[in-house]
Amino acid sequence: MHALHQVYRTFFYPHSFRLALPDVWAGFQVNIKMMVIAEALVLVLALALAIVRGLPGPAAKPLRALAIAYTDFFRGTPLILVAFIVGFGVPGLQLGYISNQHVIVYGITALTLVYTAYVTEVYRAGIESVHPSQRAAARSLGLSYWQAMRHVVIPQAVRRVIPPLLNDFVGLQKDTAIISVIGVAEATQLAQQFSTQNNDFPSLVAAAVFFILLTIPLARFTDHLVAERERRERAQAF
Amino acid sequence: MSTNGNAPFVHMRGVSKWFGQLCVLDKIDLDVAEHNVVCLIGASGSGKSTLLRCLNRLERVEEGEIAVDGQLITDERVDVNALRRKVGIVFQAYNLFPHMTVLQNVTLAPRKAGGFSRAGAEKHARALLRRIGLESKADEFPDRLSGGQQQRVAIVRALAMGPKVLLLDEITSALDPQLVSEVLNLVRELADSGMTMILATHEMGFAREVADKVCFLDAGRILEEGRPAQIFTEPREPRTREFLSRVLEAERLA
Repeated sequence: MHALHQVYRTFFYPHSFRLALPDVWAGFQVNIKMMVIAEALVLVLALALAIVRGLPGPAAKPLRALAIAYTDFFRGTPLILVAFIVGFGVPGLQLGYISNQHVIVYGITALTLVYTAYVTEVYRAGIESVHPSQRAAARSLGLSYWQAMRHVVIPQAVRRVIPPLLNDFVGLQKDTAIISVIGVAEATQLAQQFSTQNNDFPSLVAAAVFFILLTIPLARFTDHLVAERERRERAQAF
Repeated sequence: MSTNGNAPFVHMRGVSKWFGQLCVLDKIDLDVAEHNVVCLIGASGSGKSTLLRCLNRLERVEEGEIAVDGQLITDERVDVNALRRKVGIVFQAYNLFPHMTVLQNVTLAPRKAGGFSRAGAEKHARALLRRIGLESKADEFPDRLSGGQQQRVAIVRALAMGPKVLLLDEITSALDPQLVSEVLNLVRELADSGMTMILATHEMGFAREVADKVCFLDAGRILEEGRPAQIFTEPREPRTREFLSRVLEAERLA
């Protein structure tokens, strides 16, 4: 009983919880802000990069190589390192406007750089999963390469990759916590400060709860999309 | 660009194509007159599909010349998108766009590449769909249609661009037997209306009925060509005879 009580006092003590909540919530709004902006940027940039990676012909080879180098580099580098490099390195460059941004901007930049590399691969898998006969059919009707991509290939590819894409976004949401290392006052950092001051942990548990509450609806939505697609595909194969 | 005098509408001279070491088309000569229907017959792998795909530049040829409507399409500088608006193709597996409704499938190319307004393209598409009895399916997605219906939509999708020649690549091969006739009836109608068509087909009875000319392909060559009555009743080449007797036997067993 004593041990259980200890656990209760250390992690779930309501009084500490209540005291920590305003701070942690204020911090979590920063997490939400970072994740929303980064996700929007990643969606667009990763698609562009995936398209570049799939460009046909020898003329596009340097562009393809560049896109490959990008994904290799940023998929291979831990986010925490990218965060340090961008968050401390870029201001150190003293490049005027670029070096004088709010620290959140560097955090969002680091998240975007890393997750664009992941999501590019997701998009690329989707584009490659569209059967070549679809492209042939579109081109045969007189549509240009870009028109075939825009109206036939990409819409089908995006639909197929929504579940794995949302999965990556769950990862991104959690990884906003890592941005605390460059001094962004987000939920994890504020919770930890609170925890150190008061020598207990409910503030950290509160931060965890916020992350979970945000992730669960996204996870259920992903499940729903997967189930929906399975149902449709079964109906098709009757 | 326009049809000039008596020159054939589709004209192939010495066309060869390789996939790596494999010669898939071997010095093909073929002429198709306007308003004529030409059927390509032959075993799988004899080069029928590849021949069709060269005519709209889905495949490139290594040797020889192809002219369509007086335009040399083997020229590197040819505008393939313009060419393909003139040369429609329908595939064995229909290849409808699964994320679009029937109407969107039919109107996409006219709107984006044919210079039609949305309203104009839709009006035209609905008229074409009415003609094949599928106007009620205009707002359905392809997976709600039977194979025969999907293939008829694919034909209409090609027709919506107003092509001057239609290439049909074994368009009934993926269909259940009871769905074949609805598709062939549509092709028959098109033939009667004077559409220039080149068909790769395994439907010998149909080829005999609609074709002005039948070509037997074997290992990438046109081994024999002639009027259907001649090819089907008194083929000159032993290979043609062998092929036809095998096909007839298969049909008897079916």
